[in-house]
Amino acid sequence: MNDITKQPDSAIELLSFRVGGQDYSVDIMSVREIRGSAKATSLPHAPAFVRGVINLRGTVLPIIDLAARLGLETGQDTERNVIIVVDLGGRTAGLMVDAVSDILAIPTDEMQPPPDLAADDARTFVSALTIVDGRMIRVLDLNAVMPPQGEEAA
Amino acid sequence: MSLEVLAVDDSRTMRDMLNLALSSAGFTAHLADDGLHGLEVLEDIEPDVIITDINMPRLDGFGFIDAVRREEKWARIPILVLTTESADELKAKARAAGATGWIVKPFDPAKLVKALQMVAG
Amino acid sequence: MSDPMAEIRASFFIECEELLESLQDGLQMMDDGESDSETINIVFRAVHSIKGGAGAFGLNDLVHFAHRFETAMDEVRTGRFVPDGEAIKIFFACADVLGDLVRASRDETPILDEMTAPVLDSLERLVGMEEEVEEEVEFVPAGIALDLGGLGDLGGGMGDLPPLDLPALDMPSPDLLSADGLPEGSETPDVAGDNDAQAALGKGFKIHFLPEPALFISGNEPLYLFRALRDLGDLTVRCDTSRLPAAEALAAETGYLSWSLVLLTEEPETAVRDVFEFVDGLCVLTIEPITNAALDGSMALPDLDVPSAQIPLAPGDSAETAPVETIAAEAPPSSPAQAAPAALPDRLAPGAAAAPIPAPIPAPAAAPVAPPAPIESAAESTEPSDAPSREAKNAPTQPRATVRVDLERVDRLVNLVGELVINQAMLSQSVTEAGLPANSAVSTGLEEFLQLTRDIQESVMMIRAQPIKSLFQRMGRIVREASAAVNKDVRLHTDGENTEVDKTVIERLADPLTHMIRNAVDHGLETTEKRVASGKPRNGHVTLTAQHRSGRIVIDVSDDGGGINRPRVLEKAIEKGLVSPEAQLSDGEIDNLLFLPGFSTAAEVSALSGRGVGMDVVKSSIQSLGGRIAITSVEGKGTTFSISLPLTLAVLDGMVVRVAGETLVVPLNAILETLTLTDDDIKQLGPETHVVQLRGGFVPLLDLGAELGYRTPEQSYVGGIVLLIGQEDGHRAALVVDAIEDQRQVVIKGLEGSYGRVPGIAAATILGDGQIALILDPMDLISQASGRTKDRSLSLSHAG
Repeated sequence: MNDITKQPDSAIELLSFRVGGQDYSVDIMSVREIRGSAKATSLPHAPAFVRGVINLRGTVLPIIDLAARLGLETGQDTERNVIIVVDLGGRTAGLMVDAVSDILAIPTDEMQPPPDLAADDARTFVSALTIVDGRMIRVLDLNAVMPPQGEEAA
Repeated sequence: MSLEVLAVDDSRTMRDMLNLALSSAGFTAHLADDGLHGLEVLEDIEPDVIITDINMPRLDGFGFIDAVRREEKWARIPILVLTTESADELKAKARAAGATGWIVKPFDPAKLVKALQMVAG
Repeated sequence: MSDPMAEIRASFFIECEELLESLQDGLQMMDDGESDSETINIVFRAVHSIKGGAGAFGLNDLVHFAHRFETAMDEVRTGRFVPDGEAIKIFFACADVLGDLVRASRDETPILDEMTAPVLDSLERLVGMEEEVEEEVEFVPAGIALDLGGLGDLGGGMGDLPPLDLPALDMPSPDLLSADGLPEGSETPDVAGDNDAQAALGKGFKIHFLPEPALFISGNEPLYLFRALRDLGDLTVRCDTSRLPAAEALAAETGYLSWSLVLLTEEPETAVRDVFEFVDGLCVLTIEPITNAALDGSMALPDLDVPSAQIPLAPGDSAETAPVETIAAEAPPSSPAQAAPAALPDRLAPGAAAAPIPAPIPAPAAAPVAPPAPIESAAESTEPSDAPSREAKNAPTQPRATVRVDLERVDRLVNLVGELVINQAMLSQSVTEAGLPANSAVSTGLEEFLQLTRDIQESVMMIRAQPIKSLFQRMGRIVREASAAVNKDVRLHTDGENTEVDKTVIERLADPLTHMIRNAVDHGLETTEKRVASGKPRNGHVTLTAQHRSGRIVIDVSDDGGGINRPRVLEKAIEKGLVSPEAQLSDGEIDNLLFLPGFSTAAEVSALSGRGVGMDVVKSSIQSLGGRIAITSVEGKGTTFSISLPLTLAVLDGMVVRVAGETLVVPLNAILETLTLTDDDIKQLGPETHVVQLRGGFVPLLDLGAELGYRTPEQSYVGGIVLLIGQEDGHRAALVVDAIEDQRQVVIKGLEGSYGRVPGIAAATILGDGQIALILDPMDLISQASGRTKDRSLSLSHAG
């Protein structure tokens, strides 16, 4: 396993990326790997944001089109799309994003809860906000993003 | 002092636990599945002390103790009976068969070690 | 490595399953009247071992139940109770509950009283047991002696122990009897009293110890006892040689030495008594708390005024032996008031105290205590034992040499071999694409590689295989419960229990098989009256067999009931609109109506096999295992359901097809035939529904691409390639695909773990090009489709 340097309790490491023209991030502890895009096999009756499944070294990895999931403008599929493989409680999925930006160490006291006003769909997917170099970085709530288990979309 | 112990029990779980308790105490554990197997093992090793279950297939604990005691070379090996039954009746029976002492299951590993030291140094 | 106790715990539950299995076997033999004393012993031991292990893990509910069951079995074992058929039924029920408790303990789900209360009541009525004092199963730090005192009335289990027979021996002090004269239950307060006294005094104990010959015979050794005492505090040991006889009178097997010890310790008296536990009854022992008065030496203790030699305890292996503080040479006596209120009983060697005491001779002062080893007398003193003859005449099945392996490791291996198969397919594809001739060295090498891979795969799959016996045994319970519920006498016969089946298949067969067994008991078999009236034996029979047949596993569930009432089944199916009234159905087709969704409804099923599950669900569970199910029924003779399953779930023979640009795999076992459609074949039924005319029958046409949402339905299917899918039951559909690419074995990759269930899709696989292809679940697809196209086409489909 990768030997993660122990951060002081008061900081969290985030992997930031761009999706649909916005800055998002995920807790780096959830990230398993980052890989290039591959042709996904579509899943019948799947929600639109589920791109399908790809072969990740012998395992079946569902791919979530994060822009679609967040209700953002979906850019065209390009070879440059990046897949962030995340693991949440034993479930693994790939998040398709535009580009990975950076790894940020953010002191926890600089993290804010998202304001409680927006009727915006995206809000439910954001667990916290922070500002880095004047840009707002949203921390993604992976639980909300993952496709519901056992979903039988008709 | 490190003892060499023969533990005879038909239950795998019990053997596992005995093995764990004995080896954690620095003892050498030899394991056997039942009385007959115990006698076979005795042919190869000379334990300082024997622990045996009572209810076992093929040759039960009493029969095993009896057979051990009848053999001159083994007659002095202390034998502890491992039993869930703690009735005095049973202890008397174990003793009559030639057992040195007894351990009531479930056993506390520390107590097991203590009991072993009590009969075998 | 993980926690060794957790590992042992896991292995305990595995052992429990084995024990439960031999318990079932034993009870079955008893029920069949084939049991001997060893059978009963096996049953007893199984329960006993479960109890023993459960105690070690503090699974008290399990221990308590096992204890009650064990006690009853002990009655049987000792011949005090001879079980009849009714009793064995209760034992079976106990075994079932025991299994439930084991699993509940394993899964850490709560164990409720109502799980055990009914069977315990039956058990109690049966053998007249009384509610016992709860057995203490936790470790009692206070010491084994105390433990035993509290447990004394439990081991026998069937009532009170005989009263302690305490002959009025001429014990050294009448005080010694005081504890034994009391009822057992009062011992604990006494000990507590000692502790109080000890705490107040904070000094130690004066111990007098006179070993009997039997002590040495038992293999006990005073030296070790003294060492154990020394661990408790400062110990002074004095040897009293006054009883040594003249040299010529020395008997080798008799001990003549007695010992006076002074132990300065903060430990309670129980700790001291623990040390002497094993020699309880093999010696005369007094233990008295040291009082200030005692230290003053105002009172004398028997036997201690005699000339004595001081023996320093051998330092032994312990370097920490402190110089022993010697108490006044005069034996410190104790006040009668505080003298050993809980002294050990002496009933095991009643003759000892009365033995003539030989005249003293000078003793070798510092001689280490070397107990004589009276081998002969030991043998003589032992009760004649029938031990050697206890060897079972028919040696119980010796387990084959096995290795226990974590299932995860096996699954990893299975997965790796799966990868190997996939990689090899990729390699083959590359070789083909490279245009190498079929007889080239690479191609022939690859062919051998292929064969080897298959062999490895097969061997690996065998690791996951296990005998189907455990599953069959569970069905025994179902039969017992089901037959009791409908008041029929039913016996279950099993055959081929050692047939090995993939572990997962076994697990997933449990539900469908349970339902089929219930069905057989409830619907398959006639009522007892009907059986008797038609000249059949009262007892209905349900037979469960397993066998390997041409690379598959075949499991048959048969009953010797009245057979399927076909006119009634047909009537019902017409009533429910499942078939058209004009339809002419063969017997086989009528039988297969049982599998139609909606055939069995609440109005029809009894309380027993109801539970909202119909044979259609049974069928789809079998199919999800890659299996098939078929019925044969003979009027008046009975019905047989035959399940045929693949040997493994990890690979599948499939047809690779393309539709709407996607590659899919259709399980070969679902494909009846493939055909190309002509104009004449296709009939339009509704605006969006087509049927295919096939040898006079009609089969609904399903556009696979449209069904899976890959594309909108095509305008015309003429010239389309169709897979006719379905089973023997006539539940069929024609699937339109764009092309058939290949027929091959694929490695199954579950989707449910990573994504979830996808309608119409069973699993996924990785093809030679590294792409994932979905594996179709044809039956699911049909039922999805039938929901849309209504029953019209389906009812027609049975008209063929």
